[in-house]
Amino acid sequence: MPTNPRTLYEKIWDAHVVERQEDGTCLIYIDRHLVHEVTSPQAFEALRIAGRKVRRPDLTLAVPDHNLPTTPRTAPDGSRLPIADKQSAAQLAALEANAPAFGIDYIDAVAPEQGIVHVVGPEQGFSLPGTTIVCGDSHTAAHGGIGALAFGIGTSEVEHVLATQTLLLRPSKTMEVRVEGELGPGVTPKDLILHIIGVIGTAGGTGHVIEYRGRVFEEMSVEGRLTVCNMSIEGGARAGLIAPDDTVFRYLNGRPYSPSGEAWEKAVAWWRSLATDEGATFDKSVVIDAADVEPTVSWGTSPEDVVAIGGSVPSPESFTDPSKQEAARKSLDYMGLAPGTPLEEVEVENIFIGSCTNSRIEDLRAAAEILKGRTKASNVRWAIAVPGSGLVKRQAEAEGLDRIFTDAGFEWREPGCSACLAMNPDKVPPGERCASTSNRNFVGRQGPGARTHLLSPAMAAAAAVTGRLTDVRKLMGE
Amino acid sequence: MKQVSTIHGRAIPLGLKNVDTDVIIPAHWLKTVSREGLGKGAFETIRQAPGNPFDVEDFAGAPILIAGDNFGCGSSREHAAWAMLDMGLTAVIAPSFSDIFSGNAFKNGILAVELPQEQVDRLLEVAREHPITIDLENQVVTTPFQDRFAFAIDPFRKHCLLNGLDEIGLTLERDAAIGTHERKRAASLPWLDAPTNKRREPA
Ligand code: SF4
Repeated sequence: MPTNPRTLYEKIWDAHVVERQEDGTCLIYIDRHLVHEVTSPQAFEALRIAGRKVRRPDLTLAVPDHNLPTTPRTAPDGSRLPIADKQSAAQLAALEANAPAFGIDYIDAVAPEQGIVHVVGPEQGFSLPGTTIVCGDSHTAAHGGIGALAFGIGTSEVEHVLATQTLLLRPSKTMEVRVEGELGPGVTPKDLILHIIGVIGTAGGTGHVIEYRGRVFEEMSVEGRLTVCNMSIEGGARAGLIAPDDTVFRYLNGRPYSPSGEAWEKAVAWWRSLATDEGATFDKSVVIDAADVEPTVSWGTSPEDVVAIGGSVPSPESFTDPSKQEAARKSLDYMGLAPGTPLEEVEVENIFIGSCTNSRIEDLRAAAEILKGRTKASNVRWAIAVPGSGLVKRQAEAEGLDRIFTDAGFEWREPGCSACLAMNPDKVPPGERCASTSNRNFVGRQGPGARTHLLSPAMAAAAAVTGRLTDVRKLMGE
Repeated sequence: MKQVSTIHGRAIPLGLKNVDTDVIIPAHWLKTVSREGLGKGAFETIRQAPGNPFDVEDFAGAPILIAGDNFGCGSSREHAAWAMLDMGLTAVIAPSFSDIFSGNAFKNGILAVELPQEQVDRLLEVAREHPITIDLENQVVTTPFQDRFAFAIDPFRKHCLLNGLDEIGLTLERDAAIGTHERKRAASLPWLDAPTNKRREPA
């Protein structure tokens, strides 16, 4: 049957339409639903009040991550340690009670598989190519890295999915971000996505689903693709996608929830058919030259406020838009930075390596490579490495990475969101700076008054060693 | 969900651009298991500044907020909508909204009205001294003067807001269609239905 050429997004969308209404709104079937402790209690509460059930508990997976402390969770005798913060403890208790009550598979706080929901999904093979994946968290976009249409939803939508396994949605516009050429040495997927956001702006993708295209992505690891797609939301897009290929299939093969045997073969055949057709068109297209991408850091309080590490803090007057000038003034005031300051002169007191953007094994390896045989600078007060999941943590320990981190003066923590949003005790003190591998540099994101500089794991490690934002390439291959 | 038809009253002239959900309700307020009581933390960082519009007595209990471009960007937290409802806001007017926020607002019966910047600027001016009216039925924002600003709204959302319809209840009525889709899906993409639900370490 001949059909019009379609994009990856359109193919996934079409396969999930339950019903199309006259006005174009569609009832879309949801294949995978991830649930965490912060955005779910009110949804379960509402289901209970309305006397509703979870339609497909088998397609739902719950794991706590946001406000679990990252300090040890069990006492030496193996018993579980209580969580000091009463409200965090209450949210955790609510999820722990709700999951079994509604028949949902639950990875508990001390299970070896526990971790940040967006690390756990792909790692468990729960997130699969071509599926629709939702979670009450905007960084669900990450799962687009394996070729899933994945996006964050609010708690009412969490409730809607629990009750009906569907969502009412309007199709998004499509946007292509094509990267041409190759990334230089020391330039990582994180640098690339920060650069892309700098180019398109935080509203550049609003109303669109981004598909990242070009050889750079074809050659990128699954970990790197998850990092890129993760920050699609910072570029305003609800979701980001990369076509699933052999790299993804190899990554997923044998994972606990992945199909196996004959089902696996069938699945792979379908996944292969999803790539954007020749001749399909996008509503918007942006071309990036990979050669322009350098190790990148943020200087302000919006993820679009980025500059190559060799650059300086811009002056507000350098922006043409008056409201951007105003925003830049406010940002610089908050960040305590003067225009014209070279980024490499900015001292940092805190280092955070973690978050769903950069806490997978490859990220820890990249940081460890820089830290090996080195120690953190004396002005770095606090440095923590927080693996994205218990399995990542174990793998890292098996490779001896934990020792590299601790020898360099880092704390080696239990998995969770940690200082990414400071809902747990891991916070950056007011007025202090943090070189952070997370995804948001908003005002107060890492704690009230905290000043965040977003960068890659290798760059965070370099900052730890020198005590300043530093071009990691200067520490490479020494 | 409460029915929404005409919203009339004072409007808080905030006017700021890129008000993200961390500003609407900071993360430390999210540690709740209920939807109520979040109004106390709404716009906390803005409210700390003396003379901020939320402090002005005339605006106490105002049902409308007027903001700048890209309102509600950032995190998907629905707590932002609950916090606004809890402080008595039932409508926001801005030149543009983030996708997730406008969805969350709608689901909680908050009317998000998009108007061009010049019209928003005019409303910001009027709002300092006078009330504003949003007529959902006729899709128009009016002031005590001659201003009549028409706005667009998704017809489905309008219908639900006007009638106080609960989206989940509506979707549950589509049970048969959902079941049909599930059977079709089970036949063509059977592995989707068979997560093994047995966790172990990856091989
Ligand atoms: S690590 Fe940060 S961005 Fe990711 S899910 Fe947790 S809080 Fe959200």
